Amino acid sequence: MKIPYFPGCSLKTIGEGFEKSAIASAAILDFELEELPRWVCCGTVSSLTTDDLMHHLAPIRNLIRVEDIKETQLVTLCSVCYSTLKRSNALVKNDPEKLKTMNQFMDKENEYQGSVKVLHFLELLREMGFDKIKEKVKKPLRGLTLSPYYGCLLVRPKEFGIDNPEDPTILQELTKALGADVIDNPYQLKCCGSYHTVDKPNLVADLGYKILTYARNSGADALVLSCPLCAFNLDNRQREIKRQYPDFVEIPILYFTQLMALAFDLGEEKLGFDIHYVDPVPLLKEKQLLIDSLPLIKEK
Amino acid sequence: MSKTIRLDSTEAAKFAAKIQERSGEPIDMCFQCGECSSACPVSSDMDLMPSTLVRFTQLGLKDELINAKTIWVCASCFHCVTRCPKGIDIAKVAEALRQELLRKKLDYVEVRDLSMEERQEIPQIAIISNLRKFSR
Repeated sequence: MKIPYFPGCSLKTIGEGFEKSAIASAAILDFELEELPRWVCCGTVSSLTTDDLMHHLAPIRNLIRVEDIKETQLVTLCSVCYSTLKRSNALVKNDPEKLKTMNQFMDKENEYQGSVKVLHFLELLREMGFDKIKEKVKKPLRGLTLSPYYGCLLVRPKEFGIDNPEDPTILQELTKALGADVIDNPYQLKCCGSYHTVDKPNLVADLGYKILTYARNSGADALVLSCPLCAFNLDNRQREIKRQYPDFVEIPILYFTQLMALAFDLGEEKLGFDIHYVDPVPLLKEKQLLIDSLPLIKEK
Repeated sequence: MSKTIRLDSTEAAKFAAKIQERSGEPIDMCFQCGECSSACPVSSDMDLMPSTLVRFTQLGLKDELINAKTIWVCASCFHCVTRCPKGIDIAKVAEALRQELLRKKLDYVEVRDLSMEERQEIPQIAIISNLRKFSR
């Protein structure tokens, strides 16, 4: 089944492995993620004031592109894109006056009819059933213990989230279906610091230290998540965490789709581990989930 | 420490109404249970707790609010609204308060203040979201 897919900025850069592993894993499940033609940046954060419509234009412009190709669904991988597109969509669907105003701002685009449904890829997987996904596993992730991490925008606010905002299970269900063990981490919903990584990296390091140290001390080998901004804050910012907390022990960060590609045995080129800050390869080799032929990760 | 706050009732009421309208949140419903402050993951860096931010907004304390560090510390993670028994989204209140300054071109973060190293290292998702929150 073909489904239009919205990559956003990160899937082409820091989340390259997220995109490659998602497209390859989706194909195993008979989903063809087809990149939305002429997509534009979603704006990253949704406007939170009632009188600011300008910043909803970019998300709506993307939804018009979906209607242009006669489709009714748009799938995202990035939690930030998911939230932004979903919120703008809900805004105009619930307020015809605002939709009319926004349509007047469009130039060459057709008017948005409000026919598109915004989905996160994890929702497609849940709809398909984790048992079905389990059937496709060739190399179960036995011996790998993971700490699922949701962060903010995948589950909050509740009207735009994909799961229970206080007690989500979707990542646990997926990782268990792939054969891994999971731990409970009370920090799984705590913010990673998000955009404060620009102006308050020390705050981001404080938050990351708590999230990651709890995971490590509870026996997790790695964290699993779905947001490229969380991934940057929890992976790349481990350098700052080490500076602030000398007792900190590094822990790899993985996208859920990388786990799928591993479990479906799709080959190393679909994993994109070479741009991770904390190299997951030694862990995966130790667990015998990767063979010995991967190139060394870049020097830090 | 006690502090005397001088209220100009007309101006204060106008400011409270403006923030209520701009945020779209039923600020008057808050009864100070403090769930938001206990849920907030970044309250340790705030000078006004999230619940205090809402109380001060009810009272229209413009100077205290727009000079508070809190409005620049909120990460819009929506923990507070998830816990609020009245469903008040304080991330929206903080945004409405930030806009009071940003709409007067008083940026909190400017691209030119970022070093070349930061510009190269920090991904666009972080820079764009930060500037969307903290600059015009």
